Amino acid sequence: MAQHQVISPLPGIFYRRPSPDAPPYKQDGDPVKAGDIIGLVEVMKQFTEIQADVDGKVVRFLVENEAPVAPEEPLLLIETA
Amino acid sequence: MAIEVLKPGLATTVQDAGRPGYYHLGIPLSGALDQYALRLANLLVGNDEGAAALEAALLGPELVFRKPALVAVTGGEALPRLNGQPAPRNAAFAVKSDDRLAFDYMKLGARLYIAVAGGIDVPAVLGSRSTYGLGALGGFAGRKLAPGDVLPLRDAPAGRPGRAAPAELVPSYPKELELRVVTGLYFHRLTEESAATFFADVWTVAPEADRIGYRFRKGRALAFRPRRQPFGAGSDPSNIVDAGYPYGSIQVPGGVEPIILHRDAVSGGGYAMIGTVISADMDRIAQMQPNNTARFVRVEMAEALAARADYKARLGRLRAALAP
Repeated sequence: MAQHQVISPLPGIFYRRPSPDAPPYKQDGDPVKAGDIIGLVEVMKQFTEIQADVDGKVVRFLVENEAPVAPEEPLLLIETA
Repeated sequence: MAIEVLKPGLATTVQDAGRPGYYHLGIPLSGALDQYALRLANLLVGNDEGAAALEAALLGPELVFRKPALVAVTGGEALPRLNGQPAPRNAAFAVKSDDRLAFDYMKLGARLYIAVAGGIDVPAVLGSRSTYGLGALGGFAGRKLAPGDVLPLRDAPAGRPGRAAPAELVPSYPKELELRVVTGLYFHRLTEESAATFFADVWTVAPEADRIGYRFRKGRALAFRPRRQPFGAGSDPSNIVDAGYPYGSIQVPGGVEPIILHRDAVSGGGYAMIGTVISADMDRIAQMQPNNTARFVRVEMAEALAARADYKARLGRLRAALAP
């Protein structure tokens, strides 16, 4: 089983949900397709959607909700088929 | 047709040396937030050092050139790629018609500058081609770039690829730095304890930081001395009767998060300014990413002026090194 990391293109604050009272975009174990939104990075008063770039299954998130992230920091581990 | 924007990045704008002279009318300085990096990029391609170039914050754009050009990329450390192949930073390189320029992630620094020989040919407004986004003024249509925008270029004589900046004149962009501050008119309004913790604490750049102001958090909250509310001032102790805001001044609304005003700032308002970052350090703020940290270091005016002289001397060495 190959594993793939989704990385943040930007510095900012990482959010796992579209709004504070909405469910997370993805949970551990969820199936994921390339293009699926897995979270948001907030910076300069803008929210950038982070998309998965492979198909597979969510192993786990590598950063917490509302954690600061740096450019090129891994956000999510995906198990690819 | 000259440069077509495929992907604009996060906030990419046309900026030049700026629009001084109108701040008293509410029109800010604008211009490249990192003036040194702008000047370096322009000198590399043989432009006037204050010519209009692109400033990209945190995420580089993807551009396609519709005619041959000479290009230089400076500032934040994001590897440029020309048609997918690594291109140099801090050196001039030639592009052909239909070449694509894109960037890897910005590992260090926060703003990259893309200068093209001749400069970006947008109309000058109040003497400058800089974009002032809040005022929808100048630059390309008064706004940040969007997919499909086409930027005209001014004609340029055939440039010289390969001109490179000497390594000692290329700045580095640390994730932790010290910013020198001259205390301001309202510094006395802080309590003795807060006057000390402001300089003792490590402050973290907040994700809201932008061209208007750089907001910091994670230091201890600052307390202002009790005072009788002056007529015309807001009720919070951090409020004052409205006054002009210097470029680089530091305000702390509610005593919570210091904000350093940068080149797109409003020109006045009702928050006490506890100090001003010295002019020689303003470029360094421009290259701070969110989550980078700073400590504020108190200096006196003589030291601020000496630092300004050093900055100018360094620019002088850069001009000499890159003279045509």
